[in-house]
Amino acid sequence: MKNENIIQYIYGIADNALILGQRLSELCGHGPNLETDIALTNMALDLLGQTRSYYQYAAQLSGDEKTEDDIAFLRIERQYKNVLLVEQPNRHFGYVITRQFFYDVFHLLLLQELQNSNDDTLSAIAKKGIKEVSYHQRFSSDWMKRLGDGTEESHQKAQEAVDDLWKFTDELFHMTKDDELAFESGIGIDVSKLKEHYYKRIGEVLEEATLTIPETKWFQKGGKQGIHSEHMGYLLSDLQYMQRTYPNMKW
Amino acid sequence: MKNNWPLWEVFVRSKNGLEHRHFGSLHAADAEMALENARDVYTRRNEGVSIWVVESKHITASNPENSGELFEPAQDKVYRHPTFYTLPDEVKHM
Amino acid sequence: MSEKEIKNLEEIFEQRIARDEKIEPKDWMPEKYRKTHIRQISQHAHSEIVGMLPEGNWITRAPSLRRKVALLAKVQDEAGHGLYLYSACETLGISREELYEQLHTGKAKYSSIFNYPTVTWADMGAIGWLVDGAAIINQVPLCSTSYGPYARAMVRVCKEESFHQRQGFEIMMKLAEGTPEQKEMAQDALNRWWWPSLMMLGPTDAESVHTEQSMKWKLKRKTNDELRQQFIDQTVPQADLIGLTIPDPDLKWNEKTGHYDFGEIDWDEFWQVVKGHGPCNKERLSARVNAWEEGEWVRDAAMAYAKKQEDKKLKKAI
Repeated sequence: MKNENIIQYIYGIADNALILGQRLSELCGHGPNLETDIALTNMALDLLGQTRSYYQYAAQLSGDEKTEDDIAFLRIERQYKNVLLVEQPNRHFGYVITRQFFYDVFHLLLLQELQNSNDDTLSAIAKKGIKEVSYHQRFSSDWMKRLGDGTEESHQKAQEAVDDLWKFTDELFHMTKDDELAFESGIGIDVSKLKEHYYKRIGEVLEEATLTIPETKWFQKGGKQGIHSEHMGYLLSDLQYMQRTYPNMKW
Repeated sequence: MKNNWPLWEVFVRSKNGLEHRHFGSLHAADAEMALENARDVYTRRNEGVSIWVVESKHITASNPENSGELFEPAQDKVYRHPTFYTLPDEVKHM
Repeated sequence: MSEKEIKNLEEIFEQRIARDEKIEPKDWMPEKYRKTHIRQISQHAHSEIVGMLPEGNWITRAPSLRRKVALLAKVQDEAGHGLYLYSACETLGISREELYEQLHTGKAKYSSIFNYPTVTWADMGAIGWLVDGAAIINQVPLCSTSYGPYARAMVRVCKEESFHQRQGFEIMMKLAEGTPEQKEMAQDALNRWWWPSLMMLGPTDAESVHTEQSMKWKLKRKTNDELRQQFIDQTVPQADLIGLTIPDPDLKWNEKTGHYDFGEIDWDEFWQVVKGHGPCNKERLSARVNAWEEGEWVRDAAMAYAKKQEDKKLKKAI
């Protein structure tokens, strides 16, 4: 497998961590109370930490003078391979938790497979990530239940978020060409196989949370091909602001 | 209606072999959340391996006004301490 | 209790403090001691959480991943410090919600420095270096203040705070040794944050209403002017080291005193910001109020859920 394909494969995983970490870090200082604020920031830090490990590895594979920051900040929108789910905005806390929960469940399943990768670096990153993401999933599952089975208002808000974000879940299981190549060579995993397990776990928590699984069969996709929602451009203009305004400088 | 999260006290064991020590307090709606919050607030720098949380209202504390009767009577019970007893110099390791 | 009895208790109380004994929450304390502590500790806590906002403004735009995680961790620490301090304050018989109420209605104050805007990335450097630098000077002596819970919270705060100032200075240093554009950004930030940082150490001793009482209760170990001098003396050489200029034409080393002489502080500006007319007073307060109000349904949900779970457990037991 060519390095370029491995790099693209890594982006497919790491960009999710970067963009979700960026979304969570927008909330720092604005949480519903101090304890929850601190907890959300911890998750952001975990995700950004994972991002750095992946990008440092990708930079190393690319062989030239590339750095983690070039990868994080200096691609054009079409080159980011994150799924649409993680770039969705923090409309309210119900969205924050639901987005997190929908991603965490997938993320944990993914890492549990990826730890068996025949690429030692990816396997090591996955192993470390499993511990962090297990906690994320526990945190977001608990909060799904609190919101879903809390007050009438919170139930309605959580249901609204579930209904809205559901259409982004199917994309998690799409295999890109780089995914196929990585899977065939034993580096990557087959995400399509995680689907059944994923919806089972999601269903269990939603049921306990007294929330209803949407009936829609229509799903959105495009992120993995770099075709993002309109929110992405604004997220990137924040993210890239310094690097774009002051090119080629050290910080 | 005010419906505030109650206060919890957090005890952390910093490593095995040591006792849990009072680290501080925080707010949480239930015990599970109190544990999670304690983890997120008080062990960010690798400070602990085990956490206890207890809702503050369940702690009964002695009253400083009674300190005299509670604690002073123990002050003159010197016979509870080894130095109260005289031994010949020849006796070692006792 | 008769007046004489109270007076007697007060005397014993003051003697305990003079002997360096700690006061703990359930101990008898004069009402004024309690009130003063609630005021100072909560003001301190409010400063921590309002202080998250100017820096939070740059988290999403940090120029590198390394800077982003460091800043995020730093701002998170401030939330933690706010939490420790609110907890210490709560031991004095006031709830966090009541303290928030005081903040949100403008009854309680917080450090005025956070009412200045953060307009460039270099402001992250200047805040860490200068604002945290001034804060540490204020805070270290509080680790041995007379009120036990406050002293313990401050020990934790100071321990964690030590990376903050370094983080800021490193940002400034990197900028100062960067391109002319970066150096200019650093100098501009220093120009804007220098004077507010000096003001942060409080009004001059002649103007300060609380100093004497605070000294007695070890809420203060040095006067505002002494702290300010200490801050200037330690910061000027640091600026020299990285080739930045302190924006004070009157600043010069005084061989005789062994300290730096410095120019007149614009106290009108200080009082204006304290009174709520700083550049960002409104924004800061409304950000806090919004977070709290928009979080209400979330907090309620968690309580409702907890109650349902509790009821379920009880039913099962029966």
